[in-house]
Amino acid sequence: MISELRGTSLREEDIGSGNVLTTEWRPKLDFAFDPGVAIGQFLQGLKEGKLLGRRCHQCGRTMIPPRMFCELCFRRNDEWVELKDTGRVNTFSVSYVNWDASRREKPQVPAVIEIDGASPGMGILHLLSEVGESVKEVMARVKVGTAVQAVWKPAAQREGSITDILYFRPLS
Amino acid sequence: MTEKVAVVGAGFTSLRAMSPDMSFREMVFDAAVRAYEDAGITPRDIDSVVALGEDFREGTCISDEYVPDQLGAVQKPVQTVSGDGLQGLGVAAMLLNTGACEIVVLEGHSKASNIRHPAHVEAMALDPGFVRPHGWHPVFVAGLEMRRFLHESGNTAAQAARVVAKNRRNALRNPIAAYPAKVSFEQVLESRPLAEPLRELDCAAPADGAFVFVIARESAFKRLRGQPVFLDGISWISDTCNLFTRGWGEASYTRQAAERAYAMAGVSSPSRDLNFAEVDDSFAYKELQHIEALGLAPKGQGGTMLEQGAFDAGGKLPVNVSGGSLGCGHLHDASSLRGLLEAVLQLRGHAGERQVANARRGLVCSWRSIPTATGAVAVLSRR
Amino acid sequence: MPKVAVLGAGLTRFMRRSLETGRELCWEAASAALREADLTLADIDCVVMGTAPDAFDGVHMKGEYLLDGCGAKGKPYTRVYVGGGSGVFAPIAGWYHLASGAFRTCLVMAEEKMSPTQPHPQGAFNAIYDQFTERPLGVNLLWIFSLEQMRYMQTYGIPMESIAKVAVKNKRNAKDHPSAQLGGDFTVEQIVNAEIMAYPVTRLMVSPVTDGAGAMVLCNEDFAKKKGGKHVWVDGVGWNLDTSYWTNRDLAYPQYVENAAKMAYKMAGIKNPREEIHVAEPYDPFCYKELHHLEGLQLAGKGEAPKLLEKGFWDRDTTTGIPSSPSGGLLGVGNPIAAAGIMKVAEIFWQLKGTAGARQIRRTAKRGLAQAWGDLMQVGTVVVLGT
Repeated sequence: MISELRGTSLREEDIGSGNVLTTEWRPKLDFAFDPGVAIGQFLQGLKEGKLLGRRCHQCGRTMIPPRMFCELCFRRNDEWVELKDTGRVNTFSVSYVNWDASRREKPQVPAVIEIDGASPGMGILHLLSEVGESVKEVMARVKVGTAVQAVWKPAAQREGSITDILYFRPLS
Repeated sequence: MTEKVAVVGAGFTSLRAMSPDMSFREMVFDAAVRAYEDAGITPRDIDSVVALGEDFREGTCISDEYVPDQLGAVQKPVQTVSGDGLQGLGVAAMLLNTGACEIVVLEGHSKASNIRHPAHVEAMALDPGFVRPHGWHPVFVAGLEMRRFLHESGNTAAQAARVVAKNRRNALRNPIAAYPAKVSFEQVLESRPLAEPLRELDCAAPADGAFVFVIARESAFKRLRGQPVFLDGISWISDTCNLFTRGWGEASYTRQAAERAYAMAGVSSPSRDLNFAEVDDSFAYKELQHIEALGLAPKGQGGTMLEQGAFDAGGKLPVNVSGGSLGCGHLHDASSLRGLLEAVLQLRGHAGERQVANARRGLVCSWRSIPTATGAVAVLSRR
Repeated sequence: MPKVAVLGAGLTRFMRRSLETGRELCWEAASAALREADLTLADIDCVVMGTAPDAFDGVHMKGEYLLDGCGAKGKPYTRVYVGGGSGVFAPIAGWYHLASGAFRTCLVMAEEKMSPTQPHPQGAFNAIYDQFTERPLGVNLLWIFSLEQMRYMQTYGIPMESIAKVAVKNKRNAKDHPSAQLGGDFTVEQIVNAEIMAYPVTRLMVSPVTDGAGAMVLCNEDFAKKKGGKHVWVDGVGWNLDTSYWTNRDLAYPQYVENAAKMAYKMAGIKNPREEIHVAEPYDPFCYKELHHLEGLQLAGKGEAPKLLEKGFWDRDTTTGIPSSPSGGLLGVGNPIAAAGIMKVAEIFWQLKGTAGARQIRRTAKRGLAQAWGDLMQVGTVVVLGT
């Protein structure tokens, strides 16, 4: 039973006009994350233009993003495997919003890409490009299962980051 | 508690000022492998997982999403408690006592070294409207509390400084400690003032590390290898962190939690019934404040008893024989898991050269650090 | 296993931006729940808080900050956290505080004040992605939903119109919810043709940014018996967390919801959920999620929830189907993350008690469930209530 519902709703104007007072706080939230062994090596691989995965000999899975342990077998996994820089689109979206909810004129196309050489279903998040600039164009060019390939930054500009791959584009 | 609950496995990493060679996932994996080996379980045996976490310390929003893999707990009932290690232990004990679980895993870790501006994170725990606009370093809260505690209890800053000397000396005998040292109480008193009477060496320095414990009901013991350490009593209490309405002198949360935990455990005289205590010492004065709230010293006598050596390793009731947070490093909410680990090692007789003779029963006391007034007390024993 | 009863529930209004602080919202919700339970704070043994990321309120250790508003001063107080699943998890935590025998009564709280984060709370969500392999890409929260919705639609061949009907249904239901922020009559065309956020997700398929709080009072069997009268009971609870490596998962099916549901059904002794669950509040922060979750909950086969939606099976006034989100859900009532979860549990409580007023379902209901979801699309939390 809902009785005597409480709460006072404010409008944008209440704040803009100074009708309610506000305080502002700009946090200084910087972090220096330790990548660790697996991601450290993965980033080094990106700098060298390679996508690296880890293989577990017990379950036979080849995993990307790599980890030093197999979360299903719960053991240290066994070896580094150089994967291809091609793959298939698991899913994709045509995004018109930025992180701050502002709108983009030209959309981004984020996608989960299953990497060739890794076990089925092993994907990474990245962006697609050269696939059109509207929902209609993108939907005509990309489907679940579309084959794609990485487009790398020039070797001299790579810095050991996931952004060393500029984007993926359709193979055909 | 309806059925006996015990810690049956403990895993941990060394505590270090920095750990650039490992991600937190890899650190937790190492601790988990040791804990499961100690208990004699595989991840298949785990019914539920309780992890500790606060987003702004992890640098990740909704940080609980990164819990399961490194514990072998993918697709298991996993939850995060944004609270202290002993609150996590309390949750684990409750899950076991519902009858729905037999084996629960408790995880806590610190990657404090990854936080570039720790004071800015701590400041975000202060009231955004009334306190933060002053722009003060949040350590002022500890300065205010220390002053009032010394005033009400009659303990002195010099006595608090001796807590530092004791704990860092104790840490010399703890191989996992990050900050073992010979420090004199004069050195503490001569260190830089931060928020008078609080000085730089009064504060536990942050460290990185991970702990994983396996907690089980008695009915599961027969399929386990680990020597059980029984949880006889546990309670956690929160007082307000509102700086305008809180008390400053006494650790009331500790007093209330201790009353409940002692009642559960059948402890009638704590200083007689307990063989050791791991007591929060995030700041040196907190150890004295907590000792008095725990009833391990009469009010106002904590400092004098400390000077007389009552709480030394080898004293009447060793307090922080592990080195405490001052000697081992402060691990945020995982700090009390370092205390829990010490209790397990002492009660199993595995504490090496710092082993307390005839350790049969001990306690762990925690505090969630500034600006909170939340803490817990756990009483543990061996058979 | 010791039984746990629900004695009362309370909500604030759900608002885009509230004048009240988080503490004040908690106080309003807590006092409403205590009023319905006919108890005072002195009767409460312990307090549980469910609230999602600290980044929304902009307060570190948000649980500590909120505790005054929850009446937790001087009491055992636990903040539990499973991301977006926290609102349904909080009553689960309340359940284990009582079913363990540790306490007699528990005040269960859920709060979210999203409006303090500027320029937009969505910004806080950037940091849910992996520190190294994802964040540098310039991520935003909507991606994970749009990616999942696309996979779901393409796997089962579901048209946009079917997905959009969830918003039509829920916003219509919300017209009768006094807390509601976004109730109203919409057409399928309006939903589908609304501004594209991240295709296939349009603006009207997304739940709003909301401030609000909710509360419930739970007690053990002895306490309930002494109190007298008929009670709604917690019959089963379940929760489950899948791998953090979300790009390695099957995005078309929420296995973690199935696992959580099966845990709760087992506890409740439910063998055939489609027969034994009479009303459901699945988590619907986005249109497709309600359908996705109904499938994970075993209330529809894989890919079949949209077809049942077309047939009116999930409508509030159905007499042969299972009313789904009779409250109006997150799409209609609003989405103060954890508070929205507890709103769903409260709705099932009021439906089973028969006090849901204009929202009361037509079919008789002896059992219902509420479910929430969160993290990197990996957590399922389920509460089954019964009379």
